[in-house]
Formats: sequence, C-alpha cells, structure tokens
Amino acid sequence: MADNTNLTTNQRNIMKFDPKDHEIALSTEDLHVFYGKTEGISEGDLQFERYKISALIGPSGSGKSTYLRSLNRMNDRIATVTGKIMYRGLDINSNDIDVYEMRRHIGMVFQRPNPFAKSIYENIAFALRQRGMNKKQELDEVVERSLRQAAMWDQVKDDLNKSALALSGGQQQRLCIARAIAIKPDILLLDEPASALDPVSTSQIEDTLLELKQNYTIIIVTHNMQQASRISDYTAFFNLGKVLEYAETGDIFTNPKVDLTNDYISGNFG
Amino acid sequence: MNAKRIDKIATGVLYAIAAFVVIILVALLGYILVQGVPEISWHFLTSPALSFEAGGGIGIQLFNSFYLLFLALLISLPISLGAGIYLNEYAPQNTLTGLIRTTIEILSSLPSVVVGLFGYLFFVVQFKLGFSILSGAFALTVFNLPILTRSIEEALANISNDQREAGYALGLSRWETVTKIVVPAALPSIITGIVLSAGRIFGEAAALIYTAGQSAPALNFHDWNPFNISSPLSPMRPAETLAVHIWKINSEGIMPDAKAVSAGASAVLIIAVLLFNFLARWLGKRLYKHLTAE
Repeated sequence: MADNTNLTTNQRNIMKFDPKDHEIALSTEDLHVFYGKTEGISEGDLQFERYKISALIGPSGSGKSTYLRSLNRMNDRIATVTGKIMYRGLDINSNDIDVYEMRRHIGMVFQRPNPFAKSIYENIAFALRQRGMNKKQELDEVVERSLRQAAMWDQVKDDLNKSALALSGGQQQRLCIARAIAIKPDILLLDEPASALDPVSTSQIEDTLLELKQNYTIIIVTHNMQQASRISDYTAFFNLGKVLEYAETGDIFTNPKVDLTNDYISGNFG
Repeated sequence: MNAKRIDKIATGVLYAIAAFVVIILVALLGYILVQGVPEISWHFLTSPALSFEAGGGIGIQLFNSFYLLFLALLISLPISLGAGIYLNEYAPQNTLTGLIRTTIEILSSLPSVVVGLFGYLFFVVQFKLGFSILSGAFALTVFNLPILTRSIEEALANISNDQREAGYALGLSRWETVTKIVVPAALPSIITGIVLSAGRIFGEAAALIYTAGQSAPALNFHDWNPFNISSPLSPMRPAETLAVHIWKINSEGIMPDAKAVSAGASAVLIIAVLLFNFLARWLGKRLYKHLTAE
C-alpha cells in the first residue's frame, strides 16, 4: 500500500486523486444513466489514474457494466447519459464530440469474444485500413506487434490467414484485445473479459493485462473478486447503481470502510 | 397406455405423415422428369419454338427466362438490400416502420396473377412499355421485392449484436460497421435468399403473361446491340418465358407434338429450379465454411 497521504477520501468513501501526484486519465462527474425513465446509474463520480488497472466490482445489476459502457459512449443509442466524462480536458459526453474518433482513444473489449468473421490478420488490419493505413509492411508490423502484446503471436503466426472463428474462446478473446490495442488507444475498457473463459485462459489474459498496464490505462469490470485483487491497483464497489466505495485495491479487500463492501467481498451476497 | 407406448405411436404417426409428404413430392417430380427428360436434346434446348409443325424447341424461351431473371434481380437486389439494411440496421422501432413491415408482409402474400394484372395496367398501359422484357422485369421486381427484402432483413438480424459493438468499439461508424462487417458476415444467408428467390422468379408465369407477353419473336443471336429490336438483349421486345410457354402450349398449343414439348419444357423448368435450390445450399454452405474456418 503506497502513499495514502495524497489520496483524500470524502464522506462517501470515494477516493479522489491529487493531480500533483497522480495523472488522471479519465474521470466522470455526476454521471447518470437512464433507460427510458428508469435510472440505471446515479452518482458515478470516479477518477482513473493513468497506467493503472482500476477494477469495477459489484453484484449483478449493480450498474458496473452500464457505467463502463458509458465511458466510450457505447450506450449512445440504448440509454441517456447525463453528466460529464472528462478526458484530456474535454467532456467527451458532449454532443460536439466525434464519437468515432473518441473511441479510437478509448477502446473496449467485451464479455463474449466477438472476433469478426474474417481472417486473424484482417481482424486487426481491417480497422486500421479503414483509417487509411494501406501499406502492407506497416500493417504487417502492427499486426505482429499487437499479437505479441496480446501474447499470442507464437501460436498464430503461421495461421494469420485462417478464420478467427476457428480459434478457441481464450484465443479469440486475446485476438479481441490485440485488435483493440492495434489502434493504439489511451485507455482500454474491459467488460468481464474473462468470464466466458476457462481458468488457464483467464490467467493468460490477466498476465497480458499486467503487461499492457505499462502503456495503457485499464478499467476492467469483473465479478471475480480474486481477479480484481490479483491485477488491479484501484477498486470501485458498485451497488444498486451507485459507487459505494472506491479505494486502493489492497484497502478495499483488507479494510473496507463500508459494511456492504465487506459483505460483498466476503461472499455474503451478490 | 404408458408414456413409452404413446411416444412410440406418436413417432410412428409423424413418420407416416412425413413419408406421405415426401412420397407426393417424389411422385410429382418423378412423373415430370420421366415424361419430360426423354424429350430433352441439344436441339430441343437451342432451337426456336414452332407453332404448327412438330420438332420445335424452347431455345428462345429459355434465353428469355434467364434474361428476365437477370434483369429482375438487377433491379430488385439493390432495392431489397437497401430496404433490408434500413429496416434492420437503421429504422427506429416505431409505428411507421411497423407499418412498413406490415406492408411488406401483405405485398409478399399478393397472388402473382394480381401482380401481373397490376403490371399490365401500370407498366404496359400507363407507362406505354408494351408487352416487353422491361414490363416483365418490373412486374417480377414487384413480385420479388417483398420476399427478398424480408430474407435480407432476416439474414442481417441473425448477425449477433456483438459484431456491431466490436465495430463501434474500434471507432468505426455505423455505415462502415454495416457495410464492412455485418453485411459480409450475413453474406452466406443473403446469397441463399437471392438464389432461392431466383428459383421463384424463374418458374413464375402468371405475373408475366400480361407483362412480358406470350410471344417469342425470332432473335438474331449475332446482334448484341440492345437497341435493335431483334437483338436478344433488347429490353423492349416481347418475351415469352419457359413457364409462360408451358402454360400457353397447354391452353392453346396446336403443334402436333404439343404434349411432348410441354413435357420437355416442364422437365427443363423443374431441373432449373432444383438446380437453383441446390446451388443456394451449396453456395451458402461454402461461403459459411470459407468465413468460419480455413
């Protein structure tokens, strides 16, 4: 547990960073999400530090996925999101933002692996080509680098032209991670990326994420408490659409301030 | 009676019903093929029909059928694709789009003879296109649009939403996601839908009797200028198709070998439609395999 001195915690047990010591990659202010007239999220006020892994935990239906999907506006046609999402001094929740451009900075990996019905190579090269990267050599390089970063280059380097749908679930998910980092985002959002995978694939994905942390800010939703404690630096606990507690992961798991957090991480509900 | 016995009886009854359906189909196909296949020869497939003498063929009718099919698909495919994409990818769920869907459903159950009479009044008379390939192609388009639109819409609806989200998450626009990810992924079922509808168009008679006409003037197969009326490509010439030819021979054919020509033409028609069906399955499976593995 590092220097708690420059972390302040307000009455609601939600940690705030001191910008002097912590570079904030993304933050939300007064975020509310409505599905029609039902409110899905209220008061999602969180800050995410650069080059760290922040985990969002909480029982099913607590709004952690909804919150995550709001961060790169994936909820745009599904729900109404009010409040601010600050990224590099810009409120990316405003109407003036070019959503497509913004998503190249804030990438996402989903719960179920969703590779395109294309070859392994095309899965990665496709989005790059859509944005004007046409040189074969350049594309080859990015494909190799991304697959290496996702720790699967050695397994697939001879099968790049094979369909991605022929890969195993764990490999598909790592391909999705490779695809997301190929466009060099700043921030990577992951929505329970390992929940559909076996333990071996899960631990490989976790190793990959710990590697990626050097270059990416990672925000991950997980229902797996061990996973959150193994890989994350900070953890936010969601319940009934609210963030009840946000602190360093070590603190959350050893010394939760809120009773509900304690109940949840000790497996008493959720 | 115990459950096991009831199950056995039910299984037997269902088998019998299924067998009954298959037997009818096989008997029908078998009868047409046994009657017709001996009449088929290269001469029969390529020479023009004769009105008063024996020994006529179905060459022009066969060409007309394929040409009309080609034109009808050329017109209806882009429209259906656009409509299908709009309905499944862009249309909001509201009363208006609900109304559009209902309209399409009603259109698809329209009897083809009604489509033919509408085509006659609208294209042949009102737009003064006369009995022509063009009138026929438009009538077939009216006939084909609702069904093709529905099948394309369904093909797109079967593509998991995960695929669209994957595209959005990479910063692709909705248009890029639809055209480069969703449509390619749905291509096997779209192609299957197109080929199956081609089979329906190929066998259609009622919609064409009053639009493409019932006569097959001699064609000059050395003249491929579409503006010459005797050219096979001319869209303004009347064009009796194979299915219309069969109907015509049976209702007013006076050639001495009318029965034989009709039997041969029916067999050719059935074989073509069967080929379309097999082609659809084969292409769909192939494309699916191509996309999913190797």
